[in-house]
Amino acid sequence: MKIVVLVKQVPDTAEERKLDLTTGLLDRDAGDSVVDEINERALEVALRVKDANKSTEVVVMTMGPDGATQALRKALSMGADSGVHILDDSLAGADTKRTAAALAAGLKVTGFDIVLAGNESTDGRGGVVPAMVAEHLALPLLGSLVSAEITEGAVRGVRQGEGGTLNVHAALPAIVTVTESSAEARFPNFKGILTAKRKPVTTLSVADLGSADLGSAELGGAGLTGFGPGADARVGSTVIVSTTERTARAAGRKIVDDGTAATELAEFLVANRLV
Amino acid sequence: MFERTEDQQAMVAMVRDFAGGAISPHSAYWDETKHFPVDVLREAGTLGMGGIYVSEEYGGSGLTRTDAVLIFEELAKADPTIAAYISIHNMVVWMIDAFGNAVQRANWVPQLASMEALGSYCLTEPGAGSDAAALSTQAVRDGDDYVLNGTKQFISGAGAAGFYLVMARTADTGSHGITAIVVPANLQGLSFGPNEKKMGWNAQPTRQVIFEDVRVPVANRLGAEGSGFGIAMKGLNGGRINIAACSLGGGQAALDKSIAYLKERTAFGGTLISKQALLFEIADMDTELETARTLVLRAAEALDRGAADTVRLCAMAKRVATDAGFNVANKALQLHGGYGYLAEYGLEKIVRDLRVHQILEGSNEIMRLIVGRLAVED
Repeated sequence: MKIVVLVKQVPDTAEERKLDLTTGLLDRDAGDSVVDEINERALEVALRVKDANKSTEVVVMTMGPDGATQALRKALSMGADSGVHILDDSLAGADTKRTAAALAAGLKVTGFDIVLAGNESTDGRGGVVPAMVAEHLALPLLGSLVSAEITEGAVRGVRQGEGGTLNVHAALPAIVTVTESSAEARFPNFKGILTAKRKPVTTLSVADLGSADLGSAELGGAGLTGFGPGADARVGSTVIVSTTERTARAAGRKIVDDGTAATELAEFLVANRLV
Repeated sequence: MFERTEDQQAMVAMVRDFAGGAISPHSAYWDETKHFPVDVLREAGTLGMGGIYVSEEYGGSGLTRTDAVLIFEELAKADPTIAAYISIHNMVVWMIDAFGNAVQRANWVPQLASMEALGSYCLTEPGAGSDAAALSTQAVRDGDDYVLNGTKQFISGAGAAGFYLVMARTADTGSHGITAIVVPANLQGLSFGPNEKKMGWNAQPTRQVIFEDVRVPVANRLGAEGSGFGIAMKGLNGGRINIAACSLGGGQAALDKSIAYLKERTAFGGTLISKQALLFEIADMDTELETARTLVLRAAEALDRGAADTVRLCAMAKRVATDAGFNVANKALQLHGGYGYLAEYGLEKIVRDLRVHQILEGSNEIMRLIVGRLAVED
């Protein structure tokens, strides 16, 4: 079985995350970049299949600038067999729509039995790319699973929502996303770290993707979650109207208890829809 | 030599992530309750920490001594006690892998490198510490067995370990009459003293190991009869820089806490870090640690290379880094004022843990003896 796991390099949530106000894009120099934790969980699901059946092939795929290779190396050190890096200057600043088109085209090139991804990235938090990929490939999407059981030819999983629990299943091939409630990711061991360098990473340019409908570079607007300083503002179809810095937090209101504090507190919580 | 490779950065990052989740949140509780976290050690074993610089043939990670000191420093930032036990375990596994025959290595190294079984290093005795060559535990040959009698003192991991690497006397010829023997925990006649009450290092057990007519197959002997003292000393070269690295990690954690505290705490109309006298303290602590770190890396490089001055450099590094780690931790406690003395702030534990690093793996006085003798040797 061939499992492709989609991974994204994102700014470390433990550090300050900033947008470049002139381009509207992520400021990648503001902090360290890491593999999105949610993708590590998706990879864990794949690696457990491989633990049980060594013939399983796990491929990690990312789209991003040069530095995104590091995210692939981390995934390879955890146990993935090979990496695919969709790398092309013309994709800098790509929005979710274009990203999904490129990933879908990449998946057609690599082939797969099942695609695993996180349900939403910790930076852009769009949560739509896997669904768009599924649309491009005309495959079923099993989104936001808390657990997934992958067997030859089928995937079953559990989706927990506020309204209840759904047991879902699909025949393969299919696209599956997992939430942060899914399996905790393993650490790479020392051997994994040392062998990651020797594992193959294929680079795919837009030309290699052949197809496809990657959206027109002439459309206006910068990508919402696009990458790279100096990213071209014409490459996405999402239009960013403006970007402003988050306003500094003002001091809150203090309630002094003169006997009515409980009522005032309750009113505050209700008025702000916090209860 | 001093620039970390990409692999080293990735390994240190992994250790930091692992220790940040599995060790540091629990370390105060383990210290308070004297809990030896065998399950966490097993987890460390799956990540390759049970045989860091042990060859890959039987399950070691095959890393360099330089890699090892970076790893131990990072582990010790989370908990010097756990890092130090892992260092002792590694010393034992390396000795078995380096001096054992193929059968011994195949039998013992895989379970030790994975930390499914833990190792204990048994050299010191109640009456023989710094003068280790005077040890008196007897191993008397009887057919295909050695019969062991005697007591080992201050043994880390005792009672929990699966294998005891015992230096025992097989002949009355001083250091040349000592033999290294691997004793599995399940043998008849092997027993342990009570867990010692200690100043620090509470998260690992320290007990006497007592041998009463313990029959050990001759096949468990490491190397030739009479070669045990040399094996024990070779193990200690690595042990010394690893414990040195553990002191660096503890000291660095104390320094980091101090910097954060001085930036936040205000007195006399400003933050403490704005007082130059205290800033100078930080400068001295940082400099002392970096000086020691530089020497530890130099010694590790010499050990990797098999350089002629390895023993000298390892002894110097052990002495300098364990003194530096303790001094920095003690200064950090002072900088925290009354809070430094409270267990809740974590400083006093680092001071208690690092104090013993100046005593064990060869006391710092023995380090000076080694360096001094080599300096004046003709």
